[in-house]
Amino acid sequence: MVASILVNGLVYSGVYAMLALGFGLVFGVGRVLNLAHTAFYMVAAYGIFYFASTGFGLPLAVILTTLGVVAVGITLYKLFIEPVREIEATVLIATLAVAVLFQELVLVFFGNEPRHVPPALSGFTQVIGVRVGNQEMVTLVVAALSLIGAWFLLSKTKLGLAIRAAAQDREVANLMGINVNRVTSIVMGLGLLLAALAGIAVAPLFTVEPGMWMNPLVIVLAAVVLGGLGSLKGSLVGSVILAFAEVLVVFLVPGGSYLRTAIALLIMVCVFFIRPEGLFGSSIAEER
Amino acid sequence: MYYVRYLLRYLQNEILVLPSRVVVLVFVASLLAFPLLSQDPNLLRMFILTALFSLYAVSWDLLSGYTGQISLGHALFFGLGAYASALLSSHLDLPPYATIPAGAAVATLAGLLVGIPCLRLRRHYLALATLAFPIMLTGLVLAFPGFSGGEGGIWRIARLTTTRVHEYYLIVGVMLGAVFALWRIVGSRVGLIFHSIREDETAARALGINTVRYKLFAFALSGFTAGVAGALYAHSSAARIVAPGVVLSLFMSFQPVIWTIFGGAATIYGPITGVFVLYPLLDTLNVVIPRYRMLVFALLVLLIVRFMPHGLTTWLRDTIERVCPSCRVRNIATRRVCRACSAELRRTQP
Repeated sequence: MVASILVNGLVYSGVYAMLALGFGLVFGVGRVLNLAHTAFYMVAAYGIFYFASTGFGLPLAVILTTLGVVAVGITLYKLFIEPVREIEATVLIATLAVAVLFQELVLVFFGNEPRHVPPALSGFTQVIGVRVGNQEMVTLVVAALSLIGAWFLLSKTKLGLAIRAAAQDREVANLMGINVNRVTSIVMGLGLLLAALAGIAVAPLFTVEPGMWMNPLVIVLAAVVLGGLGSLKGSLVGSVILAFAEVLVVFLVPGGSYLRTAIALLIMVCVFFIRPEGLFGSSIAEER
Repeated sequence: MYYVRYLLRYLQNEILVLPSRVVVLVFVASLLAFPLLSQDPNLLRMFILTALFSLYAVSWDLLSGYTGQISLGHALFFGLGAYASALLSSHLDLPPYATIPAGAAVATLAGLLVGIPCLRLRRHYLALATLAFPIMLTGLVLAFPGFSGGEGGIWRIARLTTTRVHEYYLIVGVMLGAVFALWRIVGSRVGLIFHSIREDETAARALGINTVRYKLFAFALSGFTAGVAGALYAHSSAARIVAPGVVLSLFMSFQPVIWTIFGGAATIYGPITGVFVLYPLLDTLNVVIPRYRMLVFALLVLLIVRFMPHGLTTWLRDTIERVCPSCRVRNIATRRVCRACSAELRRTQP
């Protein structure tokens, strides 16, 4: 029981953290509240399902899926989101329309029935006396590697410096000679890459269905605001908290699978009562 | 006789001079005359739902378009209105004219209760906190299936009226009356204050406006309107079932946002146009190409917001009408001089 809570909690944490990091970056730099973010995660899961069933090798399938998702996402961003980026409510609707568009495309091509992707590694391993599925291990490793990679990119490279500067203050970053629009596109690509990897990593664990983007979207939004919009550390901590809250409710409360999202969101609202700017967010007075 | 002449003069001088006002007049008249032309139950059903949803969309516009408090969980108010009246109707056998005000009252109270904690939250935080409420209510509904009907929802709710035409007139009447009342409210000083809160809340406060009171008022009014729509929905023959998967779903929360932004935010007629264009369209697509209906719908919404980011009606209005540069009176775009002050209207607006 404790072991499965721990393993499931870690898997969910990793997935939500990948999604929340990308979402938070895109919001921080581009000021785009991207409701289509988890739709790309869904598309990636279907991509890996498609390529796995047509018999490409696993590495090729992963590369094709990731490249496809990033290319499609960037194209849609350039075509539909960037021209209306300044108008908040319109961005909301445009990204939502993109999400619904993907859901419907997937419905048309793959149908409504839930799909399953064969695991990359089957079987179990004993870790400190606990049986852990190999696929869970793979998912955790992928999540850990992508998060470490993102952290390295953000904190150790010049591009990361530019991204952080643009996230902190778009106008001043622009004045300092950073091509803010290009940085925004790069960040969009990075967010899409993380979403695609998350989708690929969980496809063998979860059922793949057209509506699978809704629940993660709610949790990711909650995690990002729980941690404080614009704070990357915050969105990671928020994802971990919400993931464990969800898993605990599912395992410990009878009928918990109905309540899991509700409880996670209740935690978010309770945090708002105490700290309206989220756990690690800058307070309103500082924000411009 | 005097009043008839006054009315005619008013019609000629104030309504027929502007195409947008003519459109509103024609719209209201055709809405009221519609059952005389056709009594097809499916069409009536579609228009009943369209009227209900326009009320719902207007309530979102009031809170989010005018006051700028973007709510992504508006289904909470609609769902509470629907659930409260459905529960009262099925558990206590109260008649619709008692349950609908009760549903609206519950939604108003919810508006206040949600509004008070949300006063501390700004912009995106508010949007995402409100997103949580209908999902939490869904959790509650599913946790007590014996009382609330659970996932299957509540069936066999008392009908509003005996025939569908009566119901059509009742709902369209309520919709037009409520929209007119709201239009008067937002056209008054209160509406101006709502605009000022959206544009710059700090500045509004500095001018001595009690923004807290007005924001709460906007929450309560919006909750009330959405609650009326939800309660009517629960009793209408078009729905007759109240289930969390419909009235509390994420899509139900996003729909008024889509309609309002599509039609044009912070105008009362924008959301109504949005609903009256998009809802029948979706219904028709459902008949013609059921497989691709949402696909076409999403694509259309995407294209409209791409090329008319401020909404359809705002774009149309700016195309066919022009504001006089000296006295701010609206004129039809074909006029050379202003109808009020005879100032020259420039061909191209800067």
